Amino acid sequence: MAPILEINNLFKSYGSTQILKDINVAIEQGDFLVLVGPSGCGKSTLLNCIAGLEPITDGRLSIGGQDMTHVNPKDRDIAMVFQSYALYPTMTVAKNITFGMKVRGVDQSTQDEKLKHVATQLQIEPLLNRKPGQLSGGQRQRVAMGRALVRDPKLFLFDEPLSNLDAKLRVEMRTEIKALHKRLGASMVYVTHDQIEAMTLATKIVVMKGGVIQQIGTPSEIYNHPANLFVADFMGSPAMNLIPAKTKNNGQGVEIEIARETGGPITLIDTKNKDLPENVILGVRPEDIADANLRRSEDRQEADCMIDIVEPAGADTFAVMQLGGKQVTARLHAETAAVAGQNLNLAFDLGKVSYFGPETGERLN
Amino acid sequence: MTDMSYTASQSGSRAGKIALRWTLYLMLGLFALFYLMPLFVMVTTSFKSLDEIRTGDLISLPREVTFEAWRTAWSQACTGIQCEGVRPYFWNSVLIAIPAVLISTLIGALNGYVVAQWRFKGANLFFALMLFGCFIPFQVVLLPMARTLGLMGMAGTIPGLIFVHVIYGLGFTTLFFRNYYVSIPSELTKAAKVDGAGFFRIFWSIFLPLSLPIIVVTVIWQFTQIWNDFLFGVSFSQAGTQPVTVALNNIVNSTTGVKAYNVDMAAAIIAALPTLFVYVVAGKYFVRGLTAGSVKG
Amino acid sequence: MTKWLEEHMPKLVLAPSFIVVLIFVYGFIAWTAWVSLTRSRLLPRYEIDGFIQYDRLFASPRWDTAFTNLFVFGFLFIVIAMILGLILAILLDQNIRTEGAIRTIYLYPMALSMIVTGTAWKWILNPGLGLEATVRGWGFENFTFNWLVDPNMAIYTVVIAAIWQSSGFVMALFLAGLRSVDQEIIKAAQVDGIPTWRVYTAIIIPAMAPIFLSAFIVLSHLAIKSFDLVIALTGGGPGYATDLPATYMYTMAFSRGDIGQAASSAMIMMMVVFTIVVPYLYSELRTKDD
Repeated sequence: MAPILEINNLFKSYGSTQILKDINVAIEQGDFLVLVGPSGCGKSTLLNCIAGLEPITDGRLSIGGQDMTHVNPKDRDIAMVFQSYALYPTMTVAKNITFGMKVRGVDQSTQDEKLKHVATQLQIEPLLNRKPGQLSGGQRQRVAMGRALVRDPKLFLFDEPLSNLDAKLRVEMRTEIKALHKRLGASMVYVTHDQIEAMTLATKIVVMKGGVIQQIGTPSEIYNHPANLFVADFMGSPAMNLIPAKTKNNGQGVEIEIARETGGPITLIDTKNKDLPENVILGVRPEDIADANLRRSEDRQEADCMIDIVEPAGADTFAVMQLGGKQVTARLHAETAAVAGQNLNLAFDLGKVSYFGPETGERLN
Repeated sequence: MTDMSYTASQSGSRAGKIALRWTLYLMLGLFALFYLMPLFVMVTTSFKSLDEIRTGDLISLPREVTFEAWRTAWSQACTGIQCEGVRPYFWNSVLIAIPAVLISTLIGALNGYVVAQWRFKGANLFFALMLFGCFIPFQVVLLPMARTLGLMGMAGTIPGLIFVHVIYGLGFTTLFFRNYYVSIPSELTKAAKVDGAGFFRIFWSIFLPLSLPIIVVTVIWQFTQIWNDFLFGVSFSQAGTQPVTVALNNIVNSTTGVKAYNVDMAAAIIAALPTLFVYVVAGKYFVRGLTAGSVKG
Repeated sequence: MTKWLEEHMPKLVLAPSFIVVLIFVYGFIAWTAWVSLTRSRLLPRYEIDGFIQYDRLFASPRWDTAFTNLFVFGFLFIVIAMILGLILAILLDQNIRTEGAIRTIYLYPMALSMIVTGTAWKWILNPGLGLEATVRGWGFENFTFNWLVDPNMAIYTVVIAAIWQSSGFVMALFLAGLRSVDQEIIKAAQVDGIPTWRVYTAIIIPAMAPIFLSAFIVLSHLAIKSFDLVIALTGGGPGYATDLPATYMYTMAFSRGDIGQAASSAMIMMMVVFTIVVPYLYSELRTKDD
């Protein structure tokens, strides 16, 4: 079966400024594709191109195996949920949801039936006769979803749909969208700047920066094997520690030397990765640095480190220290004995680390 | 509201504060008198007889209220050779203003909708050209317009005046609607496009129902402008098609017979009534139009 | 075909207005400019003959009066209307309970036709039966106020009537401006113990600079276009003492049948507007695009 959405060599520019450069993505039926990146990375423009709301400068785009490059939005068999929800302010909730069907000349009984179905599904029956102005943010969000669902399209498009909700509601709706995706088995493209949303929702993530795709992969690929320094830094919270280090091959493995402000450098030995250049940037997730007394793991390498700050955060305690001239954060167990201003024996899990070239920023292992 | 009571209580005694307050109200009252005085004089004069006017007290109330001047102004006063009062000209103004207001508002709404929501290359240039058109002194188009109306066979006709008012009103109506529609998120248009609605469907079903406030502002602005117009009226009309402002001026400046100031004032009030009525009923929208017409953006 | 229509509908909708504006605004300006460079009299002629009409214009004492009047009238009208408008706005900004009613009173003249305004003031300022006679009737036998018929003073009656008509509008603009100043800054200044008048002079009024500019633009525009008011109040007289470029142009075009003079005087008006409005519009459009 053809991919539900396929984008080949897509370019987009406004005048002389290139917004999107050589975008290639394809997803299968049932995929949940998340486009993520900082603001101005072109993710929303890409979504608008998929919707047909922005013309494409060059390249090809197909939906459901049909070429849609120059097709109007209304003929692409898509539905879209917008950041501001874009509910029609003068229409009731019911009219908002059925407007698309009305425009397309769907008969009244079908409209009613579909409206009822969607309203039940999203539990918005009591709101049907209200105007958008009388709804709360969360309710508006549901109505916007309803307007998309009722269309039963080949492809759903979401443009930062949760960014106008407060933190608690955002988490609830996130779960709900995920459940919906599972239940419908629909194909979705979802834009967000929130990397946690990307991680939790996606079956496939596209990380973008400056109009260029940085990496495409499953959430776990993106998290565990970031393709470059940008992805490593952008995905995950707290961010991956990126520590400048020197390497030396000593036969059995690679000695990784990290400078410290006081005392000599610490040395870790990596037995798996052999071909590393002399200067690298070592990428370690905070959870891969543990209190040596509390956690055991196979590839661990222990070192005494001077802890600068201890931040208890309930389930975890974060310890901050200086290594290789960078601030390094470790996510420790809440029962850690770490004390600010004292040394602590830390275990580095070298099985999960990433190496990046300091000049290129690209992944080395 | 800028609340200055805090500083007032800080400096000065209670008595000083009260005195200050009284001075404030006194000044506001005096200014109010300044603005009201001409209207008061117009109204009282229009109800006086000519004999009473000749005694020369502008401020006094009429000793005997007479509606004679109003009757004369409405149906008998001479505007040159004809002596039919302002009535026929009042209706001319109505016949000019209503279609001109409706047409220019409708076109302005469509133009504003395109410029604000369907941006394309050149749309901004169009808007800049339109905007500048609001500011030209109309004297610069009087001569060619007079000739063009002649060529189109509309010289001295009411349709001719409607045409002129529509054309030179478009700049403002487009500006009003453009500024209003620009504040409506473009996602609304996008959502409707995805829903399958086309250009006119989106305008009709989504934008027009949202536009009541700006329609009111535009209609009031255009009505006031067109009703109060004198330059186009005096330049492009002839004896039977003059608007009320031109007729009023002719009555006041007609040299035949005795100067009937009470009739002049009654005619002036009649000419002013429609716009005054609009101002009293919908002053808020009137002011919004004025400020929108001056503070761009 | 329908797809083509759909895609080009916005342009098609704009096209008629675009053409109309091109012809009836820009084309007509060009026509007037062209004719102003010819020897046209009663009928337009189209052979360009240099600046002869402008030479005639500036040699004409009547134009000289009209042009001087524009600056006298314009300057006084703009300055006084702005000052009065600002004073009224500040007075009204002091938590006045009847603010709505007072504002309505100050602003209603703006709803009137200038012909009505002119008619009213012509009656009030008429020396025989108006204000002068009234004050004399009160016992001040020597009171004289005959500016309306005094060629040296008549232009000031136009100033008075114009201010009466437009100062309320300036007040409304300024009041909106005063209210739009960030209230937290004002509160901060009050907490710092800065006196009220200093809050106005040091914080609020400087923050309103753009409003001053708008008011200036609108008022100067009104001043240049002033035609109806002069016609109704003085008819340009006594003699041609209160002629403005607008009335001069009209007289030349429609009474004297001197199209060349009408066109060249209209072009001068246009240029005056240009020098004031174009930089303003340019900066407005620029900042909006950013």
